[in-house]
Amino acid sequence: MTSHLLILFVFSALVATVFATLLRESLRDRLRFGLVSFGAFVLSALVLGWVMGPFPS
Amino acid sequence: MAAQTTTKVPTRANVLPACLLAWVLPGAGHLYLGRKGKGLVFLAAIGALFVLGVAMKSRLELYLGLEDPLNLLFSVAQIAVGAPYFIARALGYESGLVTAVTYEYGNTFTAVGGLLNILVILDAHDVAIGRKR
Repeated sequence: MTSHLLILFVFSALVATVFATLLRESLRDRLRFGLVSFGAFVLSALVLGWVMGPFPS
Repeated sequence: MAAQTTTKVPTRANVLPACLLAWVLPGAGHLYLGRKGKGLVFLAAIGALFVLGVAMKSRLELYLGLEDPLNLLFSVAQIAVGAPYFIARALGYESGLVTAVTYEYGNTFTAVGGLLNILVILDAHDVAIGRKR
C-alpha cells in the first residue's frame, strides 16, 4: 500500500470509526459522526497539503 | 435481550480486569463487560491500524529512557496497543525499514493505534463503573 491518498482514506476511516464508537451511543448518531469526522480528516489533510504546496521541499 | 443478560452489572470489582484486558487486547475490556459490539469494533479498527502499520515497515522500538523524550512518548504510544506490540516484536518486526516509502506512515498508524487504545481503556473504565453504557 504505497498510495498516499489510499493511506489517508484508510487511516481516516479507522480513526473515525473508533471516535464514533467512543463518542456516540446510537447507531444512527455513530454513522453520522463517523461520516462527518471521516470527511473532516480527509478534507483537512487535502487543504493542508494544498496550503503547503508553495513551501520548498 | 440476550445482550442485556450477558452484560456485567457495573461494580468497582470489574474496573481492574476490564482496564487490564482493554490494554492487553484492544476491545477485550468491552467484551469482558458484555459490550460485544463496541469491543469488536475496537478490536477490528485498532487491530487493523496496528497490523497495517507493521506491514508498512513501522519500527517498534522499545525505549524507556529520559534522554529522548519524544522517542519515549512514541514508544509509550506503541506499547499502549498491548499484546500485539510485544508479539510483533517477538516475531522480529521491531526494527522496521527506515528506507521504505511507507515507514513514517507505518509509525503513525502504530502510534495512533496505541493512543486510541488509551481512550478505549478509559472508556472501559467508565463502562465498568457505570458512568457510560
